[in-house]
Amino acid sequence: MKMVVAYIRHEAFEPIRTELLSLGFPSLSISEVKGSGRQKGITERYRGAELTNYLRPKVKIECVVATKDLMTIVDTILKHGRTGAVGDGKVFVLPVEEAYRIRTGESGEETLQAHPDAATAAAG
Amino acid sequence: MRRTILVRGALTAIVGLLALPAAALAQDGPTLETLVSEVNVTWVLVGTVLVFFMQAGFAFLEIGFSRGKNAGMGIAKILVNFSIASVVWWAVGFGIAFGGGGWFAGNSGWLFQFGTSVDGAAATGETASFFIFQFMFCAVSLAIVWGTTLERMKFSAYVPFAIVFAGFIYPLIAHWGFGGGLFAEIGSGVQDFAGSSVVHLTGATAALAAVILLGPRKGKYGVDGKPRAIPGHNMPLFGLGVLILWLGWFGFNGASTLGTADNRFAEVIAVTNLGAAGGVIGAMIIGRLMQRTLDIGMIGNGAIAGLVSITAPSGYVEFWAAPIIGLVGGLLVVACVLAIEKKLDDPVGALSAHGVAGIWGTLACGIFTSPRLAEYVGIGEEGLVYGGGVGQLGTQAAAVGLTFMTVFLLSFGTLAAIKHTMGIRVGEEEEDAGLDISEHGMYGYPEQFIPSAELIGYSGGPSSTVPPAPVPALATKESPA
Repeated sequence: MKMVVAYIRHEAFEPIRTELLSLGFPSLSISEVKGSGRQKGITERYRGAELTNYLRPKVKIECVVATKDLMTIVDTILKHGRTGAVGDGKVFVLPVEEAYRIRTGESGEETLQAHPDAATAAAG
Repeated sequence: MRRTILVRGALTAIVGLLALPAAALAQDGPTLETLVSEVNVTWVLVGTVLVFFMQAGFAFLEIGFSRGKNAGMGIAKILVNFSIASVVWWAVGFGIAFGGGGWFAGNSGWLFQFGTSVDGAAATGETASFFIFQFMFCAVSLAIVWGTTLERMKFSAYVPFAIVFAGFIYPLIAHWGFGGGLFAEIGSGVQDFAGSSVVHLTGATAALAAVILLGPRKGKYGVDGKPRAIPGHNMPLFGLGVLILWLGWFGFNGASTLGTADNRFAEVIAVTNLGAAGGVIGAMIIGRLMQRTLDIGMIGNGAIAGLVSITAPSGYVEFWAAPIIGLVGGLLVVACVLAIEKKLDDPVGALSAHGVAGIWGTLACGIFTSPRLAEYVGIGEEGLVYGGGVGQLGTQAAAVGLTFMTVFLLSFGTLAAIKHTMGIRVGEEEEDAGLDISEHGMYGYPEQFIPSAELIGYSGGPSSTVPPAPVPALATKESPA
């Protein structure tokens, strides 16, 4: 099991979300975050006084999948998140030790996503 | 000028005649005539102030319907457009609208000031009250134009269009409708008391030209072409805008009597309120039926539509007709917002609330105008329900058609020229970031966009002012995690 943590542009989220849904990966979480990277800050002026804001808003996606599905998720994010300009964000992959479904107490990979393969594995 | 007042049926003939020698007698102390003039002017200026306040209504309505990243720009837009229009109206707009002349446009009153010749008479304080009151209508019309352009229009494009609109397009229609021009010569005269066509349809028609040239906001239409809501950030602010507009409308219609003669203004204000109420009720009913919900934005738009609908008839109809006219306006606005949304991205519903309701209000005169008031104002004939035939309705329809065609051609031409020279729309990146930061270099709600981590600590962080706190032993021992 792997967790994908991606920091992306806001406008990239909808296409990524739509494609992941159609591929059978409905389970993910997002948060609005602010962070800094190589992208430059924005300078604002309030009645003449300057303020440079180095932290830019991004969307953070967290998504846990079976190891065999990992590259499907990563490729989808790379495909829709890339504009080629500085500030497209980053994707991190982390190992996950265990997963439990709270409703039933089940554990393991079958608790993740609704991918047809995962569903079959759960049934078998 | 005096002709204008008479044409609008604003002062009775007697007051008009009495006002003329008023200036000559002023040095002998107040006379009945000067007092009558002063009372009239006082009411017109109260109306002026109320109509000015409608700018705040438009600002809040539009800001409430915008996303938080485009909230601050509404203030800059309203202030700049109003100010440009003020100067242009003073220099040329008033002259074109009310400077006498033939059916097409006025030909005097440029660079208006005391003593300026306006339609053959020297301007007085009374003329000045008319000048500033009528300017507020111009400013309202211009504010309506930008309703469809929220969240994507380039700020610099406002400037040239505001100049052309306040200097020529609006004054031309105002001359036709209010200044004794073309509309006075159709049939027995077009009935448009306070400007359902002249002000609201004019603004909405230019707004239609703008939205066609601008295109929709990013994210409004899916790849399948279906529209999606882009919710505004503050419904209470929108509601405040609606209520301020409602208040302002008491001056908009009520002071279009241009005086206090026969206390007609009280009737007009009561009729206006009934029209607005009808609009809210109509929008509530049809909204519940069509959308299965009591949509706050639709109910607010119903109030605006009711007010726009009753604007032309407010000086011509009896009380009983007002809620009916407003109700139909409220029904129309909801149906039209839903229909227009399928093709055009109009974030506030200006095309429906001002355009469609403006057309309906103008036509409603041909249906509901009472013989008593047609005679009192001295324009047109009674409406259908009083057995007046379809003649007046045809006259009203002609005014609607002429207004729409003229304003659309002029506005589309002007905006297209702006589009092909300086551009009319911000780039995609600016639109994503929001107009507040990309056009104005600041946010309307800074703390929503600037992490407080970046604001505090600039003077050196905690250690520079406060000694490091001792680490409490308990925190580690009883930590719940």
